[in-house]
Amino acid sequence: MISLENVTVEFDQRRVLDDISVTLAEKRIGIIGANGSGKSTFARLLNGLQTATSGTVRIDDFDAAHDGRKLRRHVGFVFQNPDNQIVYPVVEEDLAFGLKSLKLPKAEIDRRIDDILARYGLFEYRSHPSHLLSGGQKQLLAISGVLVMAPRYIIFDEPTTLLDLRNRNRVERAIAELDQTVITVSHDLDLIADYDRVLVFENGKIAVDDTPANAIPKYRKMMA
Amino acid sequence: MIAGLYIDGHSALHRAQAGLKVLALIALGTGVFLISDWPVLGGVLITVLALYPVSGFGPKILWAQIKPMIWLLILFFVVQLWLNDWQAGLVVILRLAGIVLFAGLVTLTTKTSDMLAALERALMPLARFGVNPEKVSLAFSMVLRFIPVIAHVGHEIRDAQRARGLDKSIIALIVPLIIRTLKMADDVADAIEARSFDPE
Repeated sequence: MISLENVTVEFDQRRVLDDISVTLAEKRIGIIGANGSGKSTFARLLNGLQTATSGTVRIDDFDAAHDGRKLRRHVGFVFQNPDNQIVYPVVEEDLAFGLKSLKLPKAEIDRRIDDILARYGLFEYRSHPSHLLSGGQKQLLAISGVLVMAPRYIIFDEPTTLLDLRNRNRVERAIAELDQTVITVSHDLDLIADYDRVLVFENGKIAVDDTPANAIPKYRKMMA
Repeated sequence: MIAGLYIDGHSALHRAQAGLKVLALIALGTGVFLISDWPVLGGVLITVLALYPVSGFGPKILWAQIKPMIWLLILFFVVQLWLNDWQAGLVVILRLAGIVLFAGLVTLTTKTSDMLAALERALMPLARFGVNPEKVSLAFSMVLRFIPVIAHVGHEIRDAQRARGLDKSIIALIVPLIIRTLKMADDVADAIEARSFDPE
């Protein structure tokens, strides 16, 4: 379970998140809001990439302020631009990157890489230069790089923004099939339409906290 | 370097240890500077060229290695021709071509991960002086990874500036490229942290 209590985040005396208290226990949670509303900062708090100026962020047994490294293994993060997330020049090497930090035996690393490549139809690209993959394949590789670490939660920060419709649909299906708890930050309202819960951010606060059926029309009205 | 990324194969060079191949590259790189006889250097280059088909690489891949340096070789040859004579020009370009083509062959037949593992092993003795081999190896891998990405960003910016009629302006290319590269560096640092990189 994710729990935030009185969380405030400030950058250069500018309040980006303002006294947020929320508990999230659903399997699919959507985060929407205008640019600069605080939604990405909220997502980064959950992976420990961002620390709160005040308040506490807890994910299961981890306190984000003190258990940063353990938390990042528990909560995966998929960024908007896969080109910034893929750090090794060859597909299988990139997938092995996080696994080496877990100090897993080579056989287990190879098994996990084989499984994830087969799952996303990337097996034939195992030894392929990562910069030559298509946009959709790169995003699937970025997702795979997080999934091989077997996190309990996965945060997606605008995962479909840079993709064409076909690749967007591939990524949507990939997210839908995940067993993990998923928190998706997105401007793509169709992507979160079937989620369990949607938070709408406005000026650093949660303006709406409801089902997608109720939250999305309210958000559209706010943006009109 | 971009053209020379690993290509799967089963040749003797593919099977050879990464460390040995890097040592051979260092030996060749040093050796050619001890030789100033152009027919001998020509023999070295022919041997390197012959290793391409032996390792399973056709003329297309060989051309991809040669093409980027052709103008540089011509320039060096012309400068030497002007300053010295044609033999001196030949010596310079044969040395350079031999080293670059062998380096290309090493990267074509060696997985980056094997190369970096060899580098990490080589750096291990320096760990007692505070050098972290894993961090150095990650830095090298990221250089290889981001050269094509930054080149792509450069093309994007050049196209955008061309559309605005600024295709002759170096500033219009360099400034946005530096800004985007710095922003990318921030994002990549975040991604590495998010993927729980642990060099300890």
